Amino acid sequence: MPVIEIKNLSKSYRVYQKSEGVMASIKGLFHREYKEVHAVSDISLEVEEGEFVAFLGPNGAGKTTTLKLLSGVINPTSGTCSVLGHVPWERKNEYRRRFALVMGQKNQLWWDLPAAESFRLNQHIYGITADEFDRTRDELTDMLDVTRLLSQPVRELSLGERMKMELIAALLHKPDVLFLDEPTIGLDVIAQHKIQQFLKHYQETQNNTILLTSHYMKDISALCKRVVIIAGGEIYHDGSLEEIVDRFSSHKIVTLQMANDRSLEGLQNLPNVISVEAPKIKFRVDRDDVGQTLGEILGLHDVDDIVVEDPPLEDVIASAFSDAAQQQKSQQEAIEANS
Amino acid sequence: MSQAIPVTEQSLSLGQRARIWWTFFQVAINERLVYRGDFMIGTLMRFLPTLTQIFLWWAIYDVVAQSGSDSIASYRYGDMVAYYLMVTIARAFSSMPGLTKGIANQVRNGEVKKFLIQPIDMQGCLLVQRIAHKLVYYLIATLPFALVFFLCRDFFIDGWPSTEVTIVFFASLILTFLLGFFMESAIGLISFWFLEVTSLTFIYMLMNFLLSGHMFPLELLPESPINVRGFVEFLPFKYLAYFPAAVFLGKVDGPEMYRGLAIEASWVLFFIIISRIMWIRGVKRYSGYGG
Repeated sequence: MPVIEIKNLSKSYRVYQKSEGVMASIKGLFHREYKEVHAVSDISLEVEEGEFVAFLGPNGAGKTTTLKLLSGVINPTSGTCSVLGHVPWERKNEYRRRFALVMGQKNQLWWDLPAAESFRLNQHIYGITADEFDRTRDELTDMLDVTRLLSQPVRELSLGERMKMELIAALLHKPDVLFLDEPTIGLDVIAQHKIQQFLKHYQETQNNTILLTSHYMKDISALCKRVVIIAGGEIYHDGSLEEIVDRFSSHKIVTLQMANDRSLEGLQNLPNVISVEAPKIKFRVDRDDVGQTLGEILGLHDVDDIVVEDPPLEDVIASAFSDAAQQQKSQQEAIEANS
Repeated sequence: MSQAIPVTEQSLSLGQRARIWWTFFQVAINERLVYRGDFMIGTLMRFLPTLTQIFLWWAIYDVVAQSGSDSIASYRYGDMVAYYLMVTIARAFSSMPGLTKGIANQVRNGEVKKFLIQPIDMQGCLLVQRIAHKLVYYLIATLPFALVFFLCRDFFIDGWPSTEVTIVFFASLILTFLLGFFMESAIGLISFWFLEVTSLTFIYMLMNFLLSGHMFPLELLPESPINVRGFVEFLPFKYLAYFPAAVFLGKVDGPEMYRGLAIEASWVLFFIIISRIMWIRGVKRYSGYGG
């Protein structure tokens, strides 16, 4: 049985619309116009135990709303959902003891106190036995290399250090399901990398189910085998990272290292050249034409080395997003044309 | 699935619950002690308004004396000073600085989510936190309070009241703490409906100031043309300042004293129920709309 089961889940809310200016504000005192916003519409999804799934999507796509629905912070407008056999928005304690939500931009620790105190509090809130607590805490602080910072007030920690503490606080009760909302936002490359490694290791040893949203492709390629692209509140793609690359990038990037500068001649005029740094040339080739193109070049030129690779993940995802936006626009137009 | 879940039974045992609140209490005390300097100054500053009141009434009684009288509504100058000191004590229990605003801020910036996600009750947390804060405050304030009372001991003409009255007095103090807490948290919870509660807090403060006996003894309120004095009896405010002081000073006694205590307890119960209902409905609304 899947750990997370979402069926036709929708969430929309009314947002007060106010135009600019004082007059509009005064008008707003008497009459307010609201717009219905469909943050999530008709999402269905199943996640099995031990999966590490990434939610990808442009800002405002509905990723965080989905996580909020799953953690029971908000009620849906329609649809059903079960996590570990519970309906999240019933907010039963049995469920709340078995998951955790970490938000990169929100702080759950006591600001003026050392993290150790917040941990102690969580120990009792989640009813963790003393032995278990000590073991888990030591293990986690050791893995994230923050043991020496335990007795320092949280407000004096750096962003990266604080994020690590937030993660530890959320993991002390060994949640079966973990929701991570942009856990690496604002962190430097080293801290990001450290947290990625930690999450990867943690998930492998605990085999818990993790849902992650992030805008850093590195996070996603390092951690998640499965990627769900959400755009405009709908699931646009659900599959492996490779599938996304196959689906959304029509070309490969070819880099040729020529034997000498002379061998470059003629190649500069190829269509889709990205860069030329003699005796090196980089260009785009349609997926289907890679073999043929390379064959032709090898026949005519002196080539030392060949690299054929997929375009950077960022580019692929960007094109996936714009694809999704395009699709939505045409859907919208179709609806408007029909009505 | 990851290892055994520490607590699987339906609900926590009483002992475990007590442990949660006890830890919370300790953490809150530690938090309170972080800002020592601010706390000391804040504590001492509390005496300033009391002192100015004492001087103000001194001037007023001076004028009254010229017309040949020595009392206002049965209060002589000494009674008035004694009344103020007792009101200061009552308010040390019933005032809840930052509670309303704190709740409103948590709702507005979404921190309230924490209490939806974690298996812990927001009002319980705030109450334990408030008890911790108050205790730390009393600890620090005891010395200056004792000094002021020692200096003003002659104003307490009747001396220390009977044991019975003393017990009722302390009971009324504990109830006034609970009343202040649940009233103000109910006002804070209004932020689930209106994000901005500053003006409501202001109205509450004003009512509290005038109708609780904080500004002057309630006997000074007019009975005609409108019977404000009688009206105040039907409001919860007087239990925030006037009632404990009146008990101590013997202004109410016998059956009337116990009746007052019972009414105070009823108000506490009323606001506990009101704020619980508001919390449940507020969360429903909050989670229905997003945030």
